[in-house]
Amino acid sequence: MNEDIKTFTISIYTENNIGLLNRISAIFQRRHINIESLTTSQSEIEGVNRFVIVVNITEDQAKKVVKQIEKQVETIRAYYHTDEQTIFTESCMFKIKSALLFEEPQIQNIIKESNTTIVTVNKEFFVLEKSGRRHEIEALRRDLNAFGIMQFVRSGRIAVTKDEMKITEMLLAFNNQ
Amino acid sequence: MNTETKIKTEAVAQKTQRITGSEAIIRCLIEEGVDVLYGYPGGAIMPVYDELYKFRDQIHHVLTRHEQGAAHAAQGYARISGRVGVAMATSGPGATNLITGIADAQIDSTPIVCITGQVASHLLGSDAFQETDIVGISTPVTKWNHQVTKASEIPEVIAKAFYIAKSGRPGPVLIDITKDAQFEEFDFSYSKCTGIRSYNPIPKTSQESLEAAAALINKAKKPLIVWGQGVILGKAENELKAVIEKAGIPSAWTILGASALPTSHPLNVGMVGMHGNYAPNKLTNECDVLIAIGMRFDDRVTGDLRTYAKQAKVIHFEIDPAEVDKNVKTDIAVLGDSKVSLAGLLPLLNANSHPEWLQEFKDLYDIEFEKVIKHDLHPVKEGLTMGEVLKEINAQTKGNAAIVTDVGQHQMIACRYADFNITKSNITSGGLGTMGFGLPAAIGAKMAAPDREVISISGDGGYQMTIQELGTIFQTKVPVKIVVLNNDFLGMVRQWQQLFFDKRYASTEMANPDFVTIAKGYYIEAKRVTKREELADAVKEMIASKDAYFLEVCVEKEDNVFPMIPSGASVSDIRLS
Repeated sequence: MNEDIKTFTISIYTENNIGLLNRISAIFQRRHINIESLTTSQSEIEGVNRFVIVVNITEDQAKKVVKQIEKQVETIRAYYHTDEQTIFTESCMFKIKSALLFEEPQIQNIIKESNTTIVTVNKEFFVLEKSGRRHEIEALRRDLNAFGIMQFVRSGRIAVTKDEMKITEMLLAFNNQ
Repeated sequence: MNTETKIKTEAVAQKTQRITGSEAIIRCLIEEGVDVLYGYPGGAIMPVYDELYKFRDQIHHVLTRHEQGAAHAAQGYARISGRVGVAMATSGPGATNLITGIADAQIDSTPIVCITGQVASHLLGSDAFQETDIVGISTPVTKWNHQVTKASEIPEVIAKAFYIAKSGRPGPVLIDITKDAQFEEFDFSYSKCTGIRSYNPIPKTSQESLEAAAALINKAKKPLIVWGQGVILGKAENELKAVIEKAGIPSAWTILGASALPTSHPLNVGMVGMHGNYAPNKLTNECDVLIAIGMRFDDRVTGDLRTYAKQAKVIHFEIDPAEVDKNVKTDIAVLGDSKVSLAGLLPLLNANSHPEWLQEFKDLYDIEFEKVIKHDLHPVKEGLTMGEVLKEINAQTKGNAAIVTDVGQHQMIACRYADFNITKSNITSGGLGTMGFGLPAAIGAKMAAPDREVISISGDGGYQMTIQELGTIFQTKVPVKIVVLNNDFLGMVRQWQQLFFDKRYASTEMANPDFVTIAKGYYIEAKRVTKREELADAVKEMIASKDAYFLEVCVEKEDNVFPMIPSGASVSDIRLS
């Protein structure tokens, strides 16, 4: 078994029920696994939620954790994938003093070159939004940090897999039983 | 696509009726065939108790003396009968007191449904009187749990609760119901749950896996079967016996697998694990094919995993995919229900026998007999041993009793030496090791199987953790037989202190009360035995009693349970002294 610690993206399709987040996060907590990021949202299927959880663990751990998650009554399916098997992104926002836009013209270059979107501008502050890989967001944060950031926030990873998930087939099979 | 169908139910055309949530709870229980439930009333569950009063001709509520007792009684009921046990408690401390029993049921795969009252929904999160987040607390120790805040949810949620508790790998379910939902009126109808789309209780058994398993077994020179509770939960005792007999395989059991095959069966080679038998533990590391059936390779079974059965090909028959490769890497996993998979395996097996291999077990048994069993069952020294009490119980019940044990030395002795002729006869807390389990579990077991002789065997430590359930026995007149093997010590911990902590007996010696007087205080007939010559008559009197009976046997204070695999050691390093 491969004992190297790697980044895994765990994707979970679930019913939308109160308490399920607790049940799933407890599986990680009990094994002393730190969750790097966690995002939940509606999935491609009406009424089915999707969790995307990023963890740094061994593949052996990933397999076991996914089985424990799948064992939960309200989990429809769970998978784990490596970075190579997924397309993934994160998103972030910066709130910066508006005056800096004029005092520090370099900021405008940074915005242009990094494909960052200006969400809003008013007299006191402006807000930037950017999606991308972690290292791109980190680079942008470092660049902007030199001028002072009022607020910074980054989302968890969202990811889709290169492979098919076959959830729809599974649910149809249940309906047709 | 239509994704609305989340659960499937039996198509029962039922007229709806306008009733309260609390009446609905009772009607749901009756629909699920519940005849008895265990519990303790309190503020947030009072509307339900009011309905229990009205339905007292149809459903029997047993007032335990502590909610932990209710949970264990529900477990005992479930373990002996295979039916779902039910426990009920109020919010707050009532609910938290159930937790030990729920955790025990989770780790030992016992189907129970616990219903707790909760403060009214408008008070949730306000730190109201007796409010506790029992759904949050119970999440890691339940198979499923749910909070109900509207009466109209009750039928579907209870139907799901019973379905989830008993299907697939069984387990505990907790339903928390707010007080306003208990009072609320709604249009009631009930249909049983038959499926949930996100839940696949029994994975399909693949023919390829069966053929691969059979090929390995047919080629094996030294096969060993280790079966667990999965055989009992799957009602696959006959299928197991047929497989064992056809292929002529020596077969051992985990503590929870005990009694699935009669003790006297010639291919039954005893218990594996920390205090199991010498031969099956030692020979786990000699077999060429290890066939695990409905067991989960607990650390108390395997010892050090790095030296566990490394020479063997491992076949794992298992209903829960999460158990496969969890602790021991398997060569062939046969998923599915044990009854189905073993029945599928049987025709693929060659008729076989392994006389030389079986002889190895007999030879090691002889060593164990000389070094351990003789001392336990045929002592010549003055003090009574726990083993001879079991020997006497065997003789007088002819191995037909259900033995309900607590946790510790007496438990290991009981599991090692009790004769089991009938399945579901060993009711004990295996995975969680819950002291205090035995007495209340015996109450539930006797109520679920009134025709069986149910004997609760405890140590002086565990007995006092739930001793108040003598009150339940007195009030319900349930005729359980209670044996306390008293050595005035927390014996198992003392044994470890002796062996691994240079006899520093920190907080293990017990100043005990007069147990006979206490039993008599509850109007239970009681006797104490201190001498060997009194034992047979006392056991006879106990068995003959039509009512509950308490027997204290004062045993040797500092006796040890052997064989023993020291914690973390290899099964090969099992000690006989």
